[in-house]
Amino acid sequence: MLAVDGLHAGYGALRILRGLDMRIERGEIVAVLGANGVGKTTLNNTLCGLIRPTGGAITWLGEPIAGARPERIVASGLIQVPEGRRIFPNLTVRENLELGSYRRARRNRDRNLERVLIWFPRLGERLRQQAGTLSGGEQQMLATGRGLMGEPQLLILDEPSLGLSPRMVDEMFGLIRRINAEGVTIVLVEQNVVQSLGIAHRAYVLENGVFALSGPAAQLVADPRLKQAYLGL
Amino acid sequence: MRLRSGQAGALFVLAAFFLLLPQFVTSSYWLGLWTLTLFYALLGQSWNLLGGYGGQVSFGHAVFFGTGAYVSAVLQVKFGFNAWAGAAVAVAAGGLVGAFLGAVSFRYGLRGSYFALVTLAFAEVFRVLVNSWELTGSGFGMLIPLRPGAAHLQFTDRTWFYYLILALLAAACALVWWIERSRFGAYLVAVRENEDAAQALGIDCFRVKVVAITLSGALASVAGVFYVQYFLFVDSHIGYGPAMSVNALLAPLIGGAGTLFGPLIGAVALGALSELTTLALGKTPGVNLLAFGVLLLVILRFLPNGLMGLFRGRA
Repeated sequence: MLAVDGLHAGYGALRILRGLDMRIERGEIVAVLGANGVGKTTLNNTLCGLIRPTGGAITWLGEPIAGARPERIVASGLIQVPEGRRIFPNLTVRENLELGSYRRARRNRDRNLERVLIWFPRLGERLRQQAGTLSGGEQQMLATGRGLMGEPQLLILDEPSLGLSPRMVDEMFGLIRRINAEGVTIVLVEQNVVQSLGIAHRAYVLENGVFALSGPAAQLVADPRLKQAYLGL
Repeated sequence: MRLRSGQAGALFVLAAFFLLLPQFVTSSYWLGLWTLTLFYALLGQSWNLLGGYGGQVSFGHAVFFGTGAYVSAVLQVKFGFNAWAGAAVAVAAGGLVGAFLGAVSFRYGLRGSYFALVTLAFAEVFRVLVNSWELTGSGFGMLIPLRPGAAHLQFTDRTWFYYLILALLAAACALVWWIERSRFGAYLVAVRENEDAAQALGIDCFRVKVVAITLSGALASVAGVFYVQYFLFVDSHIGYGPAMSVNALLAPLIGGAGTLFGPLIGAVALGALSELTTLALGKTPGVNLLAFGVLLLVILRFLPNGLMGLFRGRA
């Protein structure tokens, strides 16, 4: 579904990603793991067209999309939920969700809204509330729900557990698994290794701009090199 | 984004009030005051489109107002244009200046106070230019020859100016109302609220902002054209001076930025306050500005969403 070959990207002279190869198949949850500053968000932004890669290829549904405009990438169903709950604080929860369906799947707005509210019933109770007044976990749900309003074929979640309480993290990961079970392919970009591997099918471990490790999640959990790569020991 | 029930009722009351106003206001002094109030509401609405809905705060809206005023004046005086034709070109020029300013500053990611300062700088540059260029009347300004008649966009009966500015304001409000409910309006508000999130949803923030500043510039130049026809005069301080830039943002900020009726309510409040201070303290120059400053502080402290915040829970 998504193929990344020899991807290089960075900011100006700063090279962050140095030759990444990656495959995502339909129906999977794939975790991209790594500590702070290894290039997770850069990879994310490159996939979404916010950063133009300096080398390599990205193939999405058979089409090359490296360097394509972000609007086009979103319209083709590759949707990102950005890091840090980037919601529209002064708009209502409903308006936030509706904004997710302008670029794509506008005709199915009502059906998708219903679907999102089944996944996130808490949002349903707060549709008319200002989004900025939601709790951290609810804001993350809102940002995720807004991404789902565009009927993504592939949803990239950037650090959905960031700043959430342990209980909320459990809830969030449970919901991610459920959304995936209903047919949405998911890339989970995370620092939370243990819980991510708990729900992912496969994982890539990013270290200093290259994938140090990759494989089925169940295998990686037991791999001693994981701790090494992650902690840089 | 959806129909607000209060808007239809408010619209009816407002329309009836403003249409019938000249029947009751017969003194030319009061009619002139209402005409100027509606003029400031129009100028404020243009600022509101960019600053209120789009969150791109301009401190130099005079750059658009002055372009409308000067282009129509120069075309009439120096090139023998008919006033209506001059007006059309002037409005297009205002939009063009907006598109240029937007393309230049948004391309380089200017936001917030940096964008505000660039608009201010542009207005000042234009002020200095027209002040020293012979074609624009340099320091003397431009006087439009008196040619009464609707064909020349001049009216001896001042009531017609009142109806003209009322129609222009109504058209501007209709445009903003339509934008508020359109897909473009949703994008614009998304850009104001959080540009990164808007981008993640596939919104082309640069394009949205350039379109907004182009429309805003064209609207402000409509106000400039009206000003020139009404006073038959413009100079560099009126056209491109900071006073007009401040006037453009005062009404929407006090009335409620990012709301349809905010600029009108703000303009009416400012007009009333200006009259009251004149009554209380006499015609000392600048005393009404002092009162505006105090009002602005009070509003920002207690009603961050402006006077419209009294009517609705949120802006």
